[in-house]
Amino acid sequence: MDDPIMVEVENLHFSRGNTEIFRGVDLQIPLGKITAIMGPSGTGKTTLLKLIGGQLVPDQGQILIDGQDVHKLSRRSLFKLRRRMGMLFQSGALFSDLDVFENVAFPLRVHTELPNAMIRDIVLMKLQAVGLRGARHLMPSELSGGMARRVALARAVALDPDLVLYDEPFVGQDPISMGVLVQLIKKVNQALGLTAIVVSHDIKETLSIADYVYIIADGKVMAHGTPQTLDVDDDAHVKQFVHGEPDGPVPFHYPAPDFFDDILAPAGQFS
Amino acid sequence: MIDHIALLGRATLDTLSAIGRAGLFLVQSIFCLPSREGFYLWVRQMHFVGVMSVAIVLVSGLFIGMVLALQGYTILVGFGADEALGQMVALSLVRELAPVVAALLFAGRAGSALTAEIGLMKATEQLTSMEMIGVDPLRRIVAPRLWAGFVSLPILTVIFGVVGIWGGYLVGVDWLGVYEGSYWSNMQDSVDFVDDVLNGMVKSLVFGLVVTWIAVFQGYDLIPTSEGISRATTRTVVYASLAVLGLDFVLTALMFGDLG
Repeated sequence: MDDPIMVEVENLHFSRGNTEIFRGVDLQIPLGKITAIMGPSGTGKTTLLKLIGGQLVPDQGQILIDGQDVHKLSRRSLFKLRRRMGMLFQSGALFSDLDVFENVAFPLRVHTELPNAMIRDIVLMKLQAVGLRGARHLMPSELSGGMARRVALARAVALDPDLVLYDEPFVGQDPISMGVLVQLIKKVNQALGLTAIVVSHDIKETLSIADYVYIIADGKVMAHGTPQTLDVDDDAHVKQFVHGEPDGPVPFHYPAPDFFDDILAPAGQFS
Repeated sequence: MIDHIALLGRATLDTLSAIGRAGLFLVQSIFCLPSREGFYLWVRQMHFVGVMSVAIVLVSGLFIGMVLALQGYTILVGFGADEALGQMVALSLVRELAPVVAALLFAGRAGSALTAEIGLMKATEQLTSMEMIGVDPLRRIVAPRLWAGFVSLPILTVIFGVVGIWGGYLVGVDWLGVYEGSYWSNMQDSVDFVDDVLNGMVKSLVFGLVVTWIAVFQGYDLIPTSEGISRATTRTVVYASLAVLGLDFVLTALMFGDLG
């Protein structure tokens, strides 16, 4: 990887209560590429995005975005930095009191002094890109899950950000809207030349659009590489995850006593 | 035993940190530079928080005034002092009942709605996404609501008082036959603008701030699950009501305590 670096995560430690979520994670997100961060459920992928966005503070280590340490910025500078970021939330997180048009217009209205006519043009362009120009007058409660996520995508790129964070963009989508979203993320990335971080555990879809992949497990980076190299990786962990095998180093069974003993336990000794 | 002491310590620390968070939260959100955008948001909230509470305040004010007149009359007439009914109704309303009852109704009607609304915004990640867009939800969501509550409760209190006095007039004069002239003139003689009306307004300003503060903070600080929202809504009503009643005693002691 010789590309310039947009986001650099160094020796990241983070714990929630007594659970250690990250134990020294190092990542480098190259500029203008789609980088996927993958891993089994519960490995803290969303937490990582919140750390990058400066909503959570790490116990140790640092995160540099374009050379600035996110967690050493003042509240004001942090909000200024966030204007250059877009984030697509798992739930869409559209503002429920604004219609589709106003949701996409929101970042433009608060951060720019553009005249209304120009805001209208930009919003319609963004909505056209996600295929929902005709739905501009609907309220978020009238949208299906897939539509809400597409509107959220339009909103996330409304200000033409340098960096877009996608939190589980494919979860809970039917095959059609899944395909649409995969296309959109790829297209938006190519058209705007932005840097994207996709957090996901949908392997096939994610590998099909990612330029570089990190796999996180047990609070550490377990493997990284291009989708092609990971596909032929020999490591048992990587193999199990990438090929979706039910049993392997990550066990299928939650820890339990021996099955045979458990079944044949005499009545009165059931645990 | 040690466990109990440890639990007590834990509870104290939790309470102190919540008070600290609530204080910081108030300071960060209430001192926002006024902007045109902020003014529109404030007007919108004045509608939801204030205007929508007018109906309940009108009805309760009317009934409280009518009951006051009815109860007061039966007591006063025993001393042959039914002429003083206007004075009694007006003083109890202006000094005490209007600020307190309006604040309690406000906590139940507007406070719980504020908590639930902000809590749901938090649960659906709207607050987080607003932060990620680079807009501070304290300024955009919390500040207009806080100011709307602060401004609208005193106005609601005035409405409550006026309607209450009119309700007392309906029952006292029209029904029970107290002389109309003495109802109004005794009231005019005895109610002092600074001592009674202004002190009552100061009370309702304090209540307005405290009730809205509790409501928005509970919404902002809750655990974003359905259970968390329902608990926080209950807490808003309970804490706000207790705070109003407790503060009312303190304020009354400060304002009127040296009279006797």
